[in-house]
Amino acid sequence: MIGDDPLNIIITGVGGQGNVVASRIIASAAVNEGLYVSVGEIYGASQRGGAVTSYVRLSGEMQYGPIIPRGMAHIIIGFEPIESLRAIGNFGSKKTRAIINPRPIYPVDVLSGTLEYPPVEEVLKAIKELVYGVQVIEATELAKKAGDAVMQNIVMVGCVVGSGLIPIEIETTKEIIKESFAKERVEANLKAFKSGVGEIKGRKAV
Amino acid sequence: MHVEIDEPGRKVLLMGNEAIARGAIEAGVDFCSGYPGNPASEILETLAGVAKKLDFLTEWSVNEIVALEAAGAAACAGLRAMTVMKNMGVDVCSDFLMTVNMSGTKGGFVLISGDDPAVHSSNSELDTRNYARFADIPLLEPATTQEAKDMTKWAFDLSEELGVLCMVRTVTRLSHSSGLVSLGPITREERSAEFAPLLGTWTSGSGDYTCMFHDALHGKLKTAQEKFEESQFNWYTGKEDAEFIIITSGTGWLYSAEAVKLLGLKDEVGILKLGTTWPLPEKLIAKHLKHAKEVLFVEEIDPFLEQNVKVLAAELAADIGPIKFYGKKSNHIRSEFGAGVGELDVDTVMRGLTETMNVTYIPRDQDYAEKAEKLVGSYAPNRSMAFCAGCPHRASFWAIKRALKWDGRDGIVTGDIGCYSMAQLPTGFMVLKSMHCMGAGIGTATRFGNLKRYGLDKPVIAVSGDSTFYHACIPALINARWNKSNLLYVILDNKTTAMTGNQPHPGIGIDALGEPSPVTPIEDVCKGIGVEVRKCDPFDIDEATQNLYEMLQTEGVKVIIFSRECALTEAQKRKKKPRVYVDQDKCIGDECGCMRFCTRVLNCPGNIWDYTKGKAKIDEVVCNGCGLCAKLCPAGAIIVEEVV
Repeated sequence: MIGDDPLNIIITGVGGQGNVVASRIIASAAVNEGLYVSVGEIYGASQRGGAVTSYVRLSGEMQYGPIIPRGMAHIIIGFEPIESLRAIGNFGSKKTRAIINPRPIYPVDVLSGTLEYPPVEEVLKAIKELVYGVQVIEATELAKKAGDAVMQNIVMVGCVVGSGLIPIEIETTKEIIKESFAKERVEANLKAFKSGVGEIKGRKAV
Repeated sequence: MHVEIDEPGRKVLLMGNEAIARGAIEAGVDFCSGYPGNPASEILETLAGVAKKLDFLTEWSVNEIVALEAAGAAACAGLRAMTVMKNMGVDVCSDFLMTVNMSGTKGGFVLISGDDPAVHSSNSELDTRNYARFADIPLLEPATTQEAKDMTKWAFDLSEELGVLCMVRTVTRLSHSSGLVSLGPITREERSAEFAPLLGTWTSGSGDYTCMFHDALHGKLKTAQEKFEESQFNWYTGKEDAEFIIITSGTGWLYSAEAVKLLGLKDEVGILKLGTTWPLPEKLIAKHLKHAKEVLFVEEIDPFLEQNVKVLAAELAADIGPIKFYGKKSNHIRSEFGAGVGELDVDTVMRGLTETMNVTYIPRDQDYAEKAEKLVGSYAPNRSMAFCAGCPHRASFWAIKRALKWDGRDGIVTGDIGCYSMAQLPTGFMVLKSMHCMGAGIGTATRFGNLKRYGLDKPVIAVSGDSTFYHACIPALINARWNKSNLLYVILDNKTTAMTGNQPHPGIGIDALGEPSPVTPIEDVCKGIGVEVRKCDPFDIDEATQNLYEMLQTEGVKVIIFSRECALTEAQKRKKKPRVYVDQDKCIGDECGCMRFCTRVLNCPGNIWDYTKGKAKIDEVVCNGCGLCAKLCPAGAIIVEEVV
C-alpha cells in the first residue's frame, strides 16, 4: 500500500467513459473506510468529446482541496492512452503508478486528419519513461465479457482496489457498487469489478 | 440519496451542489426556482428529487429573471425561497435584482450564483461577487462542501433577519467537487403564504421614495457587516502576529492552506480566511492588517477582496502603517493566461508565495519536467470538444453548410448558447460565426439581416436551441418581424436542455418534478407571431437542406424547426441501438474521391479509419446508430441494421 498522506489518485479519460461514476465509487468506499475524502471534478462542456479528469484525494488527517498539485499524483487510472499521458505529464512523477486501458478513443482532430494519433505502443512507452510502473489492462475487452463495454470504468476500479495500493477493501467497494446502480445493473457491474480484481491479482505488482 | 438522510451529525460525501441543496433543506426551504446552467444545475435537480417527499415546491423557470421574480414573490409572501443559476444567469436576472434589493423580503430569500473560473462550461469569466456590491446585498463565499451547506442554511436566517436578499457565490471547483459533510437536522416548519408587504406595496418606489429605500438598504448592509465581524465563517490561522499574511476566500483558502503547508511556511505566514465577503468585516480585517507588513490576496477571478481591502487599508493608513500588497495587480497570482483570468490551484499560490517570500519550490526536477513536456507534445494530440456520436446537430449544421453553398451568396450564421455553440468548431464545420449570450443569435441576426441600406446584403441564418428559444429568443423574433428584417431562424429542437444535463423546458410536457405539465409548442408560438414556419427531421438530410435552401430564397422572417431528440436522451430510452457497420467490399478507400468523407469531414467520433485496410470503419462501441454517415457515404458502403 502507498503510505503517503494525502494519497492522490487521478482518473482520466474522455467524456462518456464513466469517470464520475468511477471516482464516486472509490470516494464513497474510502468514506466507509473512515478516511477524509475530496473529489475534484469538472463536467459540462468538457464532457462533449473532450478530456475529463477527476481527482480523488484520501487522507487520514484532514480534508484537502479538490485539485492535486503538479507532480503529486500517486496513482493515475487512465481510461484512454493519450489522456493518461497528458495527466502524467501534468501530475506524474517517478513515484507515480499508472493503470491504463490501452483502447484509444480518437479525438475529432485525429479523425479529420489534422492531427495524428501515435501508435499505442509508443504512447505506453512514453508513459513508462515517466512513471514508476504501469499496468496495462484490456478493460474494454474484460467489460465486454462481463456484459457491456461501457463497464470498463468498473473493471478499472476493480484493478486499482485489487492492486492493494490504496487503503480500500474489496468488500467495501462491492457494497458501494451495490448501492450505486439500478437493481438490474448491479450483477453485471459486480462481475466487471471482480474481473478487474482478478486481472490485477494475477499479475506481478509494479 | 445522501441529501435526504435525517441523521444529524452523520458525515456523508456530498457534491458541493448537493451540499447547497442540503443547506436549503435544513433551512426548511419552501420554494426553489432556477434555470439550468453549469456549474449550478444539480442544486435544483437535487431539490426537485426530494421536493415531493419533503413537501415543498420547485420549478425550472423559463429563464433566470423569471426564476428570481418567482422566488422573490414566494419570499415576499413570507416563505423561504431560493433561486439557483450560473454566473451569466445573474446578468439575466439583474434587472429585478437591482430593485428587489430595495423592496425587500419577508421570508428568507437566497440567490445562489455559480461562477466558472477558467470557463469550464460558459463563455464568460464573470465574477458575480461584483453584483453583490453593485446591488448592496450581503455575500457569502463557501470554501468547502461543509460550508456550502452551512452557509446556505445561514443565508436564509440572515436574509429573514435583515429583510434583504442574500447571495451565496460558489465556483465550479466547489459545486462539482465532493467532500465530507456533517449533516444537521432537517427542519420542516409549516408556513402560510400571504400577500402582506410591510408598507402595503411591494416596491422599490420612485423619486424620493426610492432614495429612502436605497438608504434603508445601506442600513441593512451595515447590520450585516456587524454580524459578519463575529461570523464563524471568518477565521485566522497561523502565527498570531505574522508579518506576512494571506487574505483569501472560497476555494482559495484550501489552496492557500496546502501551499503554506507544502512550503513549510506555517510558522511564518498567517491566513485570514473570509467567508462573508460583502460587506467586508472591516474590524476583523483591520485587526490583522495591523500586524501585517505584507499581504497576498488569493481569490477566484477578479481582485475583489484585493481592491476592497486596499480601500480599507487607505482609510486605516495612519493606524496600520505601510503595507506591501501582492496579488493580481502585482501579477503574483496569475494563471497561464494572466492575472485575474483562469482559476486558482495550489501551484498558483505556491508560485505567488515563492515570488514574494524568500523560499524556493521545485515541484519536479527540471529534467523530468522537460521530458514530460516533450513526450506529451509528441505523443498526446489535442482533444477538442465535439458533438456526441449520433448528435442531430451534426446533421443540422451539415444541412446549413450545404444549403449556404447551394445558395452561393456567402450567408452569415449567428449563434447562441447551447451544445450547438460548438458549431464554431470543426465538429460543426465551423458554420457558426457568432456567439454571445442567450438570445443574441436571433437578436443580432435581426439587424445583420436588415443592413441593405449600408450595403450588407447577404442571407442571414440565426440558430438557437429549443430551451434557448423559450429563454430569450421570442422578443427578438417579434422584433425581427416588426422591423421588417430578412432572416431565417433555425431552431434546433432536441426536446431537452442538453448542454446542462438534459433538464426539461416548456416544450416537453413535464416540469422539474418530472410530472405532466402543459406544452407550449415552439411551432405555435412562431405561427402566433405571424412568421412562416416549417418543420423537419435533420436526419432527413436532403429534405432539411432543400427546405433551408428554399427558405433562403424568399424575403422576410422565416422559421424552420429541426426536430430530433438529443442522442443522449434517446439512447437512455431505447433498449437496443441500430447496428451500423462498413461493408468494406463497397468502401473503396482513398480511391473514392470522397477524401475520407465520413472521418475527415463528417467528423463523428463513431467513424474511424481502418489503417490496415485503408478503408472506413465504425467504432461500434462509440457509434450511436443514427445512420447519418450511411446517408452521406457516396459509395453507399455504410450499412444500418435496424433493430427488429
